[in-house]
Amino acid sequence: MTLENNTNKSRRKFLKVSSAAGGGMLIGFNWMGCQSEAKETVVKEVMKAIPKVWSEFDAFIKIGETGLVTIMSQNPEIGQNIKTSMPMIVAEELDVAWKDVVVEQAPLNEEWYPRQVAGGSQSIRSTWETLRKAGATAKQLLMETAAEKWEADLADCTVSEGIISHKDGRKISYGEVASDASKRETPDPKTIKLKDPKDFKIIGKSQKNVDMEGILSGKPLFGIDFKREGMLIATALRPTAFGQVLESFDDSEARKVSGVVDVIKFGDKIAVLAEDTWAAMKGKKALTAKWKQDKKAEDSAFHTKTLLEHLDKKSKEPRRVDGDVDKAFANADKVIEKIYEAPFLPHNCMEPMNFFAHVTDEKVEMIGPIQTPAWTESRIAELLKRDKEDITIEMTRMGGGFGRRLYGDFALEAAEISSISKKPIKMIFSREDDMLAGTYRPASAYKFKVGIKDNKITAYHLTEACFNGEMFGTMPNNFPCGAIENYRVDCHKLESNISTGAWRAPYANFLAYAEQAFLDELAGILDQDAVQFRLDLFEKAKANPVGEEHNYEIDKFVAVINLAAEKAGWNKGNKNLGFSAYYSHNTYVAEVAEVEMQDDRPVVKKITCAVDCGIVVNPVGAMNQIEGGIIDGIGHALYGDFSFTEGQAQSSNFNQYRLIRMSEAPEVEVHFIESHNDPTGLGEPTLPPVGGAVANAINAISGKRLYRQPFVKYFKELG
Amino acid sequence: MAEYKINVNGKEKSLKADPDTPLLWVLRDKLDLPGTKYGCGIAQCGACTVLLDGKAVRSCSLPISILKEQKITTIEGLSEDLTHPLQEAWREFDVPQCGYCQAGQIMSAAALLKENKSPSEEQIDNHMQGNICRCGTYLRIKKAIQSASKKL
Ligand code: FES
Ligand code: FES
Repeated sequence: MTLENNTNKSRRKFLKVSSAAGGGMLIGFNWMGCQSEAKETVVKEVMKAIPKVWSEFDAFIKIGETGLVTIMSQNPEIGQNIKTSMPMIVAEELDVAWKDVVVEQAPLNEEWYPRQVAGGSQSIRSTWETLRKAGATAKQLLMETAAEKWEADLADCTVSEGIISHKDGRKISYGEVASDASKRETPDPKTIKLKDPKDFKIIGKSQKNVDMEGILSGKPLFGIDFKREGMLIATALRPTAFGQVLESFDDSEARKVSGVVDVIKFGDKIAVLAEDTWAAMKGKKALTAKWKQDKKAEDSAFHTKTLLEHLDKKSKEPRRVDGDVDKAFANADKVIEKIYEAPFLPHNCMEPMNFFAHVTDEKVEMIGPIQTPAWTESRIAELLKRDKEDITIEMTRMGGGFGRRLYGDFALEAAEISSISKKPIKMIFSREDDMLAGTYRPASAYKFKVGIKDNKITAYHLTEACFNGEMFGTMPNNFPCGAIENYRVDCHKLESNISTGAWRAPYANFLAYAEQAFLDELAGILDQDAVQFRLDLFEKAKANPVGEEHNYEIDKFVAVINLAAEKAGWNKGNKNLGFSAYYSHNTYVAEVAEVEMQDDRPVVKKITCAVDCGIVVNPVGAMNQIEGGIIDGIGHALYGDFSFTEGQAQSSNFNQYRLIRMSEAPEVEVHFIESHNDPTGLGEPTLPPVGGAVANAINAISGKRLYRQPFVKYFKELG
Repeated sequence: MAEYKINVNGKEKSLKADPDTPLLWVLRDKLDLPGTKYGCGIAQCGACTVLLDGKAVRSCSLPISILKEQKITTIEGLSEDLTHPLQEAWREFDVPQCGYCQAGQIMSAAALLKENKSPSEEQIDNHMQGNICRCGTYLRIKKAIQSASKKL
């Protein structure tokens, strides 16, 4: 197989990476497919023949002489299904049949691809333009080539599914003109025409996961599946609690375990290198180490106390101030205060953290599951004092991300172990390592204080206390700001030596709960319907907006609220419903939960969900994200229980940490707002509101308000 | 290390392993069958589910030394050409998100359908209780099992 390279871009790095992947391209499959026992490549029936020559158009598109098209997927795939939906966008503008497309995972290449990150539900939104233009530019080149060949006017040519037609009836396929087309000068970007969304043929139609066959046949798609001749498996013993350092260790027993090749110390950790995974795990168990508590050994009582004592304080720099809340409280008829608390949470991606590293004097080769390849590359360069040019990173499919794989600590560990041992290694976390050495969702608490005068809200004061971080971006400008005269947001970023980070819908995953549960309670106190109460606030914000700006568009927000309420039969007399609506990650979501009590325990029967995410690129994938976000959100709101004693997490595996199961997943009904607006994202936004919807439904049937997650702690009281 | 002969996906396999090595790591590391996944190592998540004479077992908690003549089936051997009714149904409902738990889910479901061709919703829930999916694909898994069961 040859690759024609006619672009003027530097290919040095790209070629270097490609050869690291074992050379060549495997059609329809991730490159690792070649290592499994089942060597036969499963080719989609309808696929065109595998080409001998690929002509490369840009960083995204290669077209073979048979008309088969390869589209590179630039972003890491964590289960958000962008490996299918992003290439769909390219294929749409390129105007090829989806069945003639194969998708290949692109390696890290910052020169070629914008924002190779899986995070913030931004993959589609941030690349929408780029991907469309990439497809449209290649299409333009192909058409120009055909027109020139025919000595015809470009305006007389049209394209459908990879066939260019002249109005006189002549036809030629992309495959036939690909080689010449790829040699042409790239047209002026200003002349590139994008399709009118109403002409979309691929976007908006459900397309199946491009890795489906690999998943169904057990192909080695994931980082943990990666294998290389001569590679060792590494496990690592880490401090048993946060704040500890290594004092001494004894590896004599570990070295006796058959299959163990070496034991090395790196930082405050000890790595066991072995011929296979079981030997590496056994070797690690045979290590003994002495740890010294160097920093405070924190426990959950300390966390709770620290959070709560900050909720009565104002911060030096409030994040938003409209009017004067204190004055309004002084003049109020009634002041209401409620506090909401959330624990630290582990991510628990089903695939534990792992990474392959091969560090030599010439190069640093990294392969594995990572949401932030570029940042990780920089950190490895710094750690190993190497030039970034020496480092290559390839992304494998990931068994979940949820924010955990934004933090390349595991990749850095792998690089360090390989660098010290001078061996190709794959470093693997056990589930216990994964839960005990996490980068947790930080524990947080919120206080809402509201002043009411003449049965109207005159002041609204939100105080956040959170470890190692505070709400970011425009979150202080969330609804209901803009609708209330006196409004203030204070944030307290408190210190903890427990490592924390983003967790699916960071901050929003609990702030939304607190806010939506509070608004529901407030509506009750004011004796108003929960939906109408919100709509009235929007009405006020629209007629008479308070303050500089708010971060939501009122009409879009109101539309999802009305749609969810209508579809769920809100106001039809069902007493088991709870309402919630939240805007995050550029997407508007409203959810109605239906809950029943069975044996003193709430059973979530159904969630009706309305979503405005702009154009829906791949409906079947979009629905999957929505269902998943909702089920995951319910699971963590109900069961996500996690605590620390003496700096150590108290749950280390699934026997001690409960995740939602099939029997607990409710029916989910999804309604999209029809839209021609550019797409936003869906990996996160349906999770934040669901806890509130469920809690509000629980209150509707039991009269009990829940102020802390997980709800499981209230189950007996609910009876 | 001891020598073992096991029957995997209809083939006799000879290998050397320590007697306490779980079947999971034998499959993944020694037999190059990476479809069976590691999730917890203590029989709590179902990612490592394989069939042992048609019954679902957690291969992470099954030492190689206790295996005898039993026939082991992994996701790689569920069907010759990916046409097991469950594989068809998984495709039809586009079940996976990240996909990591799915081999275990499919193998658990395969054992259920072997024993009960038309399970009720409750029977499906009960049988699948030990298979975790952090991505939350449960609704589709259930639909796919129900659809496959109708085609049996
Ligand atoms: S890995 Fe065996 S049940 Fe989790
Ligand atoms: S699909 Fe990701 S864990 Fe199930």
